[in-house]
Amino acid sequence: MRFSALRVLKEGLTGNKGWAPHWRDPEPQPQYDIIIIGGGGHGLSTAYYLAAEHGLKNIAVLEKGYIGGGNVGRNTTIVRANYFLQGNSEFYSHSMKLWEGLESELNYNVMHSQRGLINLFHSDGQRDAFARRGNAMINQGDDAVLLDREGVRKFVPYLDFDNVRFPIYGGLYHPRGGTARHDAVAWGYARGADQRGVHLIQNCEVTGIDVEGGVVRGVQTTRGAIRAGKVAMVAAGRSGQVAALAGMRLPVESHVLQAFVTEGLKPVIDHVLSFGMGHFYISQSDKGGLVFGGDIDMYASYAARGNLPIVEHVMEAGMTLMPMIGKAKVLRSWGGVMDMTPDGSPYIDKTDIDGLYVNCGWNYGGFKAVPASGHCFAHLIATDRPHGAATKFRLDRMRTGIGILDEEGTGAQHNLH
Amino acid sequence: MRIVCPICGERDRREFYYKGAAVALGRPEVGAGPEVWDEYLHLRENPAGPVRELWYHEAGCSAWLVVTRDTVSHEVLAASLASDFKEAGA
Repeated sequence: MRFSALRVLKEGLTGNKGWAPHWRDPEPQPQYDIIIIGGGGHGLSTAYYLAAEHGLKNIAVLEKGYIGGGNVGRNTTIVRANYFLQGNSEFYSHSMKLWEGLESELNYNVMHSQRGLINLFHSDGQRDAFARRGNAMINQGDDAVLLDREGVRKFVPYLDFDNVRFPIYGGLYHPRGGTARHDAVAWGYARGADQRGVHLIQNCEVTGIDVEGGVVRGVQTTRGAIRAGKVAMVAAGRSGQVAALAGMRLPVESHVLQAFVTEGLKPVIDHVLSFGMGHFYISQSDKGGLVFGGDIDMYASYAARGNLPIVEHVMEAGMTLMPMIGKAKVLRSWGGVMDMTPDGSPYIDKTDIDGLYVNCGWNYGGFKAVPASGHCFAHLIATDRPHGAATKFRLDRMRTGIGILDEEGTGAQHNLH
Repeated sequence: MRIVCPICGERDRREFYYKGAAVALGRPEVGAGPEVWDEYLHLRENPAGPVRELWYHEAGCSAWLVVTRDTVSHEVLAASLASDFKEAGA
């Protein structure tokens, strides 16, 4: 089934009776060439690109819950390519290019909206750091504009420009940054992978990884044993448990990140904004809800909910920056499980076990990486060589100390990134 | 989340600084080699369930605590002085 404006019109006139499910619900087969553990954004995009770019067919994605039910369906939907360090910079630049072609690639409306992202700064030192970051972004081939205070005011006049404690000095404007509809990204990749023969198997939890003589042979699941030549672990916050099934320990600690959404409002916030003095970022969804968040709670957690001190901190930061949102009612908040790494950057790599691959450590920035993460991971799985845009995401960089990607320079503690 | 400090009693989570899994109780020798140090600094059990962690009572008595906490429910199961663990050789 191909989506088009004509099709929408036709279905609208005939009672919307012609729509079919976007993907099948296959029974697990006893054997696949490639098994992907985890049907989140990264696992689905990996499956899609394995099929679409490498022509591989006999692939299964095993998801313990349902497609779109994890972090890919619960995040703040920001898409940006504003990283500084070589390694991150080319990867997120690659991802941005994939985002820009994603809707035509998938024939799916992911509502990618390049509404522009503004990171505010509040001191001379922060301005210098952002000027430097902007230059790195431009050198990478992406876009960045350093705005002064009046430049910021033209875009977002509703900020509290009179705040004497946290004066707004300016902002780094990234015009190609923006948002996308998170669910649609999962659904679009799922549908694309399914159309190319990938089996998306939901309600199927992996309970064991079979390894013989240092070679992976398959997995044990709640729906039976499945053999496979290659197994890829893409389990985000649960990566520690999945890797433990293969006897591995990862340089990852899982933490909780909270986010919030208000009732639907008329359009008031046209961009993605971040406050530089207290972690706070916000955008407005197409439904009208203000979507915002801040720091992780700072302690290890799988609870998928957080504590009140961070709620208070985020609300305070929001009110400091833009008092106009004070009367908006918060509809809901949630907590996601984040796979935090000692340098704040991810891993896309082989493991010491032959045929076992790992993709994890996205900290709290995994959504914007979904296209490139899958694209680069598929390349690694298919060719056994890293993709050019993801050569630095090595699993052994902590041990060797070579190529540490500590974007914020906060040191080797998992929760500080 | 509230933690019962052995010195100060039950206190708000905001008084405490979180260090991470209590691996620092078993700090390796300086010459232990990169594998051991990698394990100590970076690799984590990262369990979904009870875990032993180091917390610092920053806004209280300044004691380092070993807190046993469930990462699924956030329940704080026990808290003791890290110095006691060290003396006991744990």
